[in-house]
Amino acid sequence: MSDNNQQHGATQSEMPFAMVDGQPFTEMPTDLYIPPDALEVILEAFEGPLDLLLYLIKRQNLDILNIPIFSITRQYVHYIELMHKLNFELAAEYLVMAAMLAEIKSRMLLPRPTAEEEDEDDPRAELIRRLQEYERFKKAADDIDELPRQERDFIPVVIHSESGVLEQQIETVDIRELVLAFQSVMARVELKTSHAVSREVLSVKDRMASVMRQLSSGKTTRFDELFTRQEGKQGALVSFLAILELLKAHMLELVQNKPFGPIYLNLASE
Amino acid sequence: MDNAQIKNIVEAALMSFDEPLSVHHLKQLFDEEAVSGADINLALQSLHEDYANRGIELQQLSKGFRLQTRPQMQVWLDNLRQKKPRKLSRALLETLALVAYRQPLTRGEIEDVRGVAVSSKIIHYLMDKEWIEEVGYRDAPGKPALLGTTDAFLNYFNLKSLQDLPALADIKDFESFEQSLDFNEQSAT
Repeated sequence: MSDNNQQHGATQSEMPFAMVDGQPFTEMPTDLYIPPDALEVILEAFEGPLDLLLYLIKRQNLDILNIPIFSITRQYVHYIELMHKLNFELAAEYLVMAAMLAEIKSRMLLPRPTAEEEDEDDPRAELIRRLQEYERFKKAADDIDELPRQERDFIPVVIHSESGVLEQQIETVDIRELVLAFQSVMARVELKTSHAVSREVLSVKDRMASVMRQLSSGKTTRFDELFTRQEGKQGALVSFLAILELLKAHMLELVQNKPFGPIYLNLASE
Repeated sequence: MDNAQIKNIVEAALMSFDEPLSVHHLKQLFDEEAVSGADINLALQSLHEDYANRGIELQQLSKGFRLQTRPQMQVWLDNLRQKKPRKLSRALLETLALVAYRQPLTRGEIEDVRGVAVSSKIIHYLMDKEWIEEVGYRDAPGKPALLGTTDAFLNYFNLKSLQDLPALADIKDFESFEQSLDFNEQSAT
């Protein structure tokens, strides 16, 4: 086959796109042997069959307008077979393209009648049109990526007026941390067990209302400020249940500035 | 009201709203009749010149003006930032490019060009960012939604209008190339 001596010319050093057995791969393999470990990486590098075809064409420095359909088809099908052998789930689009290539190839193999009509299309025309169109938008996507972009390249100048306080990074609170915080409240209550507290029935509903009242000023309140020692275990339990109920109803927000730091509560915005 | 004062008020207003402000918006800062659109434009022009050698600039967008940091400053700002904005995937950029250049178009038309199914995740992400929106429905079976870009897209990518998008590459003419096609390629097999 005449086109077997493919261009090994891509010499510019690139970032390795894959490491196989500790060896960096800086360019796509030039032959069709692709180390199985690298195949998945390569597969992900392509956005679809058109992208793969474009790559095969560009790798040989060929013009889209004059694709050697036979060698490209052979390479493409090879590639597909390899992926199949390795049991990759192949997107249907890749198979459709293989069928299209096979059809073009077979049409080109047919002898052409001499008195052929002028307007009969080259069998490759549709494929070429699609490749060109895809290439245009691949380029357009790169161009858009180059445009100055908010956050990445510039930031709008806005003076925040909501509060003069620097915003702190807020992490979401894991429910386990909430339980840990509750445990420490309980432990503190435990120290007070000698206190004989007269029992009274505490209602979770009432406690929910009082928690909301405590937070209604809009101020952020520390988790443990919502518990009163004098109420003992039962009171702590009712408070905890009330907080959980309010969280479930999305009426409260939990804020923790650093892992294992104190947990704060405030009213949910809106 | 003298021009210097108008300029200061316009500057303060631009800094205190997080949306680009149009001349129409800016006029509302002042008593009716007292300040004309031309006065506002003069103030904007003068601010633009003032910022020429500063770390921030006045950028004109589709629906107004915005003060923003200069892109050249970003490399320095990044040194202080903990979180870099996430990169946009190629699939997302290609989809966005198709909507931007070919709008209005359907998801099916995006798939035709890209040769692969458009993931719903990407469409949702673009809609969530309010870069694209449904602008109508194609009068075809199934009434597929037509997608188009928004002002938020232009603002985010620092564009005044869609005309400012980089030009699409030319399509090479297949017809003119046809003579050189080699139909005797069969010998290659």
